[in-house]
Amino acid sequence: MNSKLLSNVTEQLKENSLGKISIFVIVILTFASVLAFLSPYDPNKIDVMNRLAAPSKQHPFGTDEMGRDYFTRALYGGRVSLTVGFLSMIISTTIGTIVGTISGYFGGKVDSFIMRFVDILMSIPTFFLILILNAYLKPGVQNIIIIIGLFSWMSIARIVRGETISIKEREYVQYSQVIGEKSSVIIKKHIIPNIFPTVIVAATLNIASAILMESSLSFLGLGVRQPNSSWGSMLKYAQGYMEEAPYLAFFPGILILMTVLSFNVLGDIFRLAFEPKANDD
Amino acid sequence: MKDSLLEVKDLEVTFFNRNGKVRAVRGINFDVKKGEILGIVGESGSGKTVTNLSIMGLLKGTGKVTKGQIIYKGENLLNKSEKEMLKIRGNDIAMIFQDPMTSLNPVFTVGNQITDVIMRHQKLSRKEAKKKTIEMLKMVGIPSAEERYNNYPHEFSGGMRQRAIIAMALSCKPDLLIADEPTTALDVTIQAQILELLKELKEKLNTSIILITHDLGVVANICSRVVVMYGGMIMEEGSVEDIFYTPLHPYTKGLLQSLPKTGGKMKERLIPIKGNPPNLANEIKGCPFADRCPYTMDICREKQPKYYYDGENHRGMCWLLDKSINGKGENHEE
Amino acid sequence: MRRLIVKRMLQTIPMLIAISIVSFLLIKLAPGDPVQAYITPEMGPTDIERIRENLGLNDPIHIQYIRWLKNVLKGDLGYSLVNHRPVLIQIKERLPATIGLMSTSLIFSMIVGIIVGLLSAANQNKLFDRIVTLISYLGISIPSFWFAMMLIFLLSLKLKLLPSIGMRTIGVHSTWDLIKHAIMPTLVLSIQNIAVIARYIRSSTISQLKEDYVIVQLAAGASRNEILYKYVLKNAILPVITILGMSLPSLVSGAFITESIFGWPGMGQLGVTAIFSYDYPLIMAITMFSSLILILGNLLSDVLYSVVDPRIKELN
Repeated sequence: MNSKLLSNVTEQLKENSLGKISIFVIVILTFASVLAFLSPYDPNKIDVMNRLAAPSKQHPFGTDEMGRDYFTRALYGGRVSLTVGFLSMIISTTIGTIVGTISGYFGGKVDSFIMRFVDILMSIPTFFLILILNAYLKPGVQNIIIIIGLFSWMSIARIVRGETISIKEREYVQYSQVIGEKSSVIIKKHIIPNIFPTVIVAATLNIASAILMESSLSFLGLGVRQPNSSWGSMLKYAQGYMEEAPYLAFFPGILILMTVLSFNVLGDIFRLAFEPKANDD
Repeated sequence: MKDSLLEVKDLEVTFFNRNGKVRAVRGINFDVKKGEILGIVGESGSGKTVTNLSIMGLLKGTGKVTKGQIIYKGENLLNKSEKEMLKIRGNDIAMIFQDPMTSLNPVFTVGNQITDVIMRHQKLSRKEAKKKTIEMLKMVGIPSAEERYNNYPHEFSGGMRQRAIIAMALSCKPDLLIADEPTTALDVTIQAQILELLKELKEKLNTSIILITHDLGVVANICSRVVVMYGGMIMEEGSVEDIFYTPLHPYTKGLLQSLPKTGGKMKERLIPIKGNPPNLANEIKGCPFADRCPYTMDICREKQPKYYYDGENHRGMCWLLDKSINGKGENHEE
Repeated sequence: MRRLIVKRMLQTIPMLIAISIVSFLLIKLAPGDPVQAYITPEMGPTDIERIRENLGLNDPIHIQYIRWLKNVLKGDLGYSLVNHRPVLIQIKERLPATIGLMSTSLIFSMIVGIIVGLLSAANQNKLFDRIVTLISYLGISIPSFWFAMMLIFLLSLKLKLLPSIGMRTIGVHSTWDLIKHAIMPTLVLSIQNIAVIARYIRSSTISQLKEDYVIVQLAAGASRNEILYKYVLKNAILPVITILGMSLPSLVSGAFITESIFGWPGMGQLGVTAIFSYDYPLIMAITMFSSLILILGNLLSDVLYSVVDPRIKELN
């Protein structure tokens, strides 16, 4: 089944040039941020003589207010942003999948209890909650990952629940129930493999929103803080130099935009590839 | 054919896909006479719906009429502009479709949808159009039509909806009504009522009807003439009597054998036609039915047969009818 | 239908209670100590303890919660720990700016989103559609604060067309001045919803165009435009009311960022300031009020939808 899904994805990619670009962007940015240490510059080395230098051959993104090479900093910032996006996606997808499967599979009171809980969580402006938590917990990349992860699983749980309910109705699942297979076995054998495509789509889109969330938090000063930096926190500092050095605000923003866009496009491609019905929309 | 309302001449319709072309209709000729009900019979994929959508100028997607003429009242519809066609559709030629559950717009009242059609084609005030709508609803047998006017489609039953759709189609007194499987989605008892209604309205309004169906039983009920289509071609054409009592083509015979007979013996077996319709994306050299025909000869796969006539108005397209080939016409001598 | 509305309203009550408990606990369990705000270097431990006692911070947590809830129901939301003004008054001052910005943005994004989505669907796979698709991808992917920064850079710093901060120029009381201040915040707050609505309308219109009733109408002589703008539009637009409810969370969280950047004197900006100053009563009140906006918005969109869609009307 997985090889078929994969071939569907390549099929979709063939016709979608935006999709090809997106994968390219994600791969390049991931490699670049992993290999950031290859840069000749130290991202934290202050060089007062060279502060706010405009982009040049030596400094393709220029230098910041402390003379640090902005390109190198952007690469390291990307490392943080991508890590936050990816790891908080893992957390929220895991929670969302487990909660959604349980809710959908067992139904009844369990389901209505869980769903009421999800409703409540979704009717609190989670962004504000995350702001509050970030302000009161020890700042640090780790906390941000956990907090974003803990507050963005609800929509995944809803989608997974719906999918689980529809799969539960299929004959082979009902058959397994009739012959008395254990719920845990049925979930592992029949439910999880079938909701897998849905989860992949949701997870991909989730990375995009997690990266956006992190950048907003860091921008407000409630996310990644010194000495770490992410694209969002770089923009926070860039705000003070809009007149002298607008490029400081330009590059990290473009990088966030490109990354988030790529994950969104990729998510859509997965969606189209996994559900042939939506093909011609 | 002086009294023809509509003549389809040598019509070819092709769909152009990424992978090539699909010749859905491959050169067909037939006509519809004034005030008659013509049945077009065939399995799905035989080209019957595509033919009728071409008459309406409503081919979807990549489909195009690649050859032929569609003469309506002496004028070729294929030469008409979209603007001219807008005036013809719904006014001169109307169409009703298979599924009454989805044929009406769910968020407008039934009455409104019919009134819109009337106002589109006739210079009437909303009030007059509404009056006419209610008249039509009454004519198609919808009880308490005044109240029903303000109902939404979901408040109608399936049979009622099909009646409403017929009312909509006939609201401008078209000369030709194309009914595409109008009863397929309905319960058997309601099917009979709808067919009866169509027959009755045809008499009342003197409308010609093309009835598209896969069900020969429906044809026997109300049609005067029948066209049997297969693989984008006409296999046989004739009066209902011709088709039912003296079929020329093995395909028609196959269709008849797969039909349950009400008067027949219970033990009589229904014989389905084996195999599947041909893939129209492939080039078919000979007869499209050759692969499924129990009497296939070598020539059937190589060369397309001509039409052979049994009387003036009964024709079939089959090599078996050609005496010079094998010396015996299956059932009929010419 | 009245039953449906009552039922939906009753559903919101446990939600409200749960939200008040959740937000209260979250803030109560936070490590920052509000007493710090009152301490001056001269104070001794007994003074600090007295302040703590006075603020009620020594009571058991459920007592604190119940006291707070009682007060809330009486309309007393307490006093800001920072400037000691009544919380309710501060929120009342701020609410109009926020509601004004949100509703302007909502209406703006609905209008633009629907028009663009419809045109895009009508020209499916043509150049216009491709451009719209790309732009709407950008719309859902752009960090709103960065979009704001770029707008400020371009329109305020470079072209000097629009003011970059506040709601009014001090001393000026013209509507035009207000509009000029509101343009950028509205754009920033709307961009994501415009993209979401346009994408939604596009795909729902395309799927509506495949419905049987479309060919039925075509066969009855309706032109493509008539079908698109009359029959399809109504079908495609109805679910937008639900989308409206769904886009509220992004609107509310967007307001925190947008108001902070543009110094828009609304509840969002107040909330962010409150967080930085550990102002518990204010944070709690803002959590409650923004949740309230969400819940009421959702309630409203559900009720509205059931009024507009004939199929739902029938069910009840």
